[in-house]
Amino acid sequence: MSIRSHMLLVAGAVAGVLALAPASAQDAVKIGLILPMTGGQASTGKQIDNAVKLYMQQNGDTVAGRKIEIILKDDAAVPDNTKRLAQELIVNDKVSFIAGFGVTPAALAAAPLATQAKIPEIVMAAGTSIITERSPYIVRTSFTLAQSSTIIGDWAAKNGIKKVATLTSDFAPGNDALTFFKQHFTAGGGEIVEEVKVPLQNPDFAPFLQRMKDSKPDAVFVFVPAGQGGNFMKQYSERGLDKAGIKVIGPGDVMDDDLLAGMGDAALGTVTAHLYSAAHPSAANKEFVAAYKKAFNSRPGFMAVGGYDGIRLIYEALKKTGGKTDGDALIEAMKGMKWESPRGPISIDPETRDIVQNIYIRKVEKVDGELYNVEFATFEAVKDSGKTKK
Amino acid sequence: MTTLFTILFDGVAYGMLLFVLACGLAVTLGLMNFVNLAHGAFAMAGGYVCAVLVNQSGWPFFAALPLAFMVSALIGVALERALYRHLYARSHLDQVLFSVGLVFMSVAAVDYIMGSSRIFIKLPAALEGQFDFFGVGIGRYRLMIIVICGLLTVALQLILAKTRFGSRLRAAVDDPRAAIGLGINVPQVFAFTFAFGCGLAGLGGALSAEILGLDPYFPLKFMIYFLIVVTVGGSSSITGPFLASLLLGIGDVAGKYYVPKLGPFVIYTIMIVILIWRPNGLFGRTAAR
Repeated sequence: MSIRSHMLLVAGAVAGVLALAPASAQDAVKIGLILPMTGGQASTGKQIDNAVKLYMQQNGDTVAGRKIEIILKDDAAVPDNTKRLAQELIVNDKVSFIAGFGVTPAALAAAPLATQAKIPEIVMAAGTSIITERSPYIVRTSFTLAQSSTIIGDWAAKNGIKKVATLTSDFAPGNDALTFFKQHFTAGGGEIVEEVKVPLQNPDFAPFLQRMKDSKPDAVFVFVPAGQGGNFMKQYSERGLDKAGIKVIGPGDVMDDDLLAGMGDAALGTVTAHLYSAAHPSAANKEFVAAYKKAFNSRPGFMAVGGYDGIRLIYEALKKTGGKTDGDALIEAMKGMKWESPRGPISIDPETRDIVQNIYIRKVEKVDGELYNVEFATFEAVKDSGKTKK
Repeated sequence: MTTLFTILFDGVAYGMLLFVLACGLAVTLGLMNFVNLAHGAFAMAGGYVCAVLVNQSGWPFFAALPLAFMVSALIGVALERALYRHLYARSHLDQVLFSVGLVFMSVAAVDYIMGSSRIFIKLPAALEGQFDFFGVGIGRYRLMIIVICGLLTVALQLILAKTRFGSRLRAAVDDPRAAIGLGINVPQVFAFTFAFGCGLAGLGGALSAEILGLDPYFPLKFMIYFLIVVTVGGSSSITGPFLASLLLGIGDVAGKYYVPKLGPFVIYTIMIVILIWRPNGLFGRTAAR
């Protein structure tokens, strides 16, 4: 065989690959899933990844005749990584969606890329209000802190809680939670007697809790990111705040289903407002919880639900566009979409592309020997009240 | 006034905990002149051993604590014999790179085996809660930490100052060649000391899970605290790190209580001021070394 025929062979092979490439790109829809799979927020990433896998097991990996391919990337919740990974996914892998985003800074870092590339960014976890305003291509399936914080503020003011001390983590979602709670609680006649912002990386809550105790409030309003709630509750009871009659209230992040079982009886009686509890009494949820437990041997939390609904939104949007991946068409398809999620009925607000959902007031109780957030009041179809543009 | 005592009490407990966690590092760094940034990994190992024994095998907490010490010490011996001893004579940079590599491996390994979420150790009911002592709120768990760590400190000081092993160790550190000449088995002394330091870290890790939280990132998160304790205290004795731990513990807790806005900076401010005043730490040797 001469060199020439070798060259021909190579050329033929290259041509063949080139001819194949567009064809395979045509039938697989790629979704870039950017999540913190390592680092302090890794539990968020794992829950969402699990939920996405579960949904695809249950509903198949083909939609409108096109195969769905998930490309999972780990950003360790560092926004610089998020941006780089999003860029690689868009430019090299030619993804049609970017999704995930464990923390607010990560979701914001990817926003300009979504705008430039005109591809939908599905936020499955991060909860600061401003996120959806940063790009017309952002749709959120998780929650905003304004949703739960305003509700618990109203509820506290109406239910005999007069003085509240607040303890919030000093970063964007914490500040959101504090602002909206304060607004609604003081408007309802409540008084904030002590306000402490704790550093995000905080090993020991003891001194802050002592300050709370000394200000003698009726309740402590708490927001710490998923993962730190356990430490907080342990030290809260160690310091005897529960015996001093100080209740814990807050958005439900502190009482994440993921951590609740490990918190011990100190958590009993805590009242939080949140979008999801694994104990939500609906058929859809029972099925979801059972399937999730069976597949991953752990209880799904609100992060898992955000991921589950996020992938569902992508599936439904693709069905509506008939498998076309034009960004604008997909966003149009998502606007106003309504469905029954494990958390209850939800929809995508056509104006803000943010989620509209029920917020439940729940109390931690023992059900069959395990701790659960048991829902006892429902505020229906709550929109995000934290948008700057109305 | 009573609040002041509660703060002081919490600060002392926090400081004692830092001391047990970091004193092994003071030994390796100060006495053996080896920079072991992977010290926190041994603490984490102890914490997880204790958690698995108590939560999954149903051991009583107090029985699991010595085992946390033992397991960390054994891991310490194994690694010292297999890896660390080859680096004693190398430059500090090599030691830093090597031990940081170990930290990352330990983080990934624990994440893989135990999962990334924070875990807690189920405590006996007797250790939970707080009791009132003339109006001062005393946390039971923190009181236990102070007692255990206080006893350990006294024991350590006695071992170093009064026992034959203590004098061998000091001799081996001061002049290894002369020590060998006198028939002291220097590598063995070092190996034993290293293992003991690791064991202490393991015990510290088990004790700290309740207060600092235990997850696979423990060695990275607290590396800086260990280093602060050793640099502020000076690494030539264990009295230095002990006082430094107490100072930092009380400073940190009091700072967070009285000026919560500046809370996290207090510990670093103390460190900078002390290092400007005494560049070798509170009890450091002067540059003669």
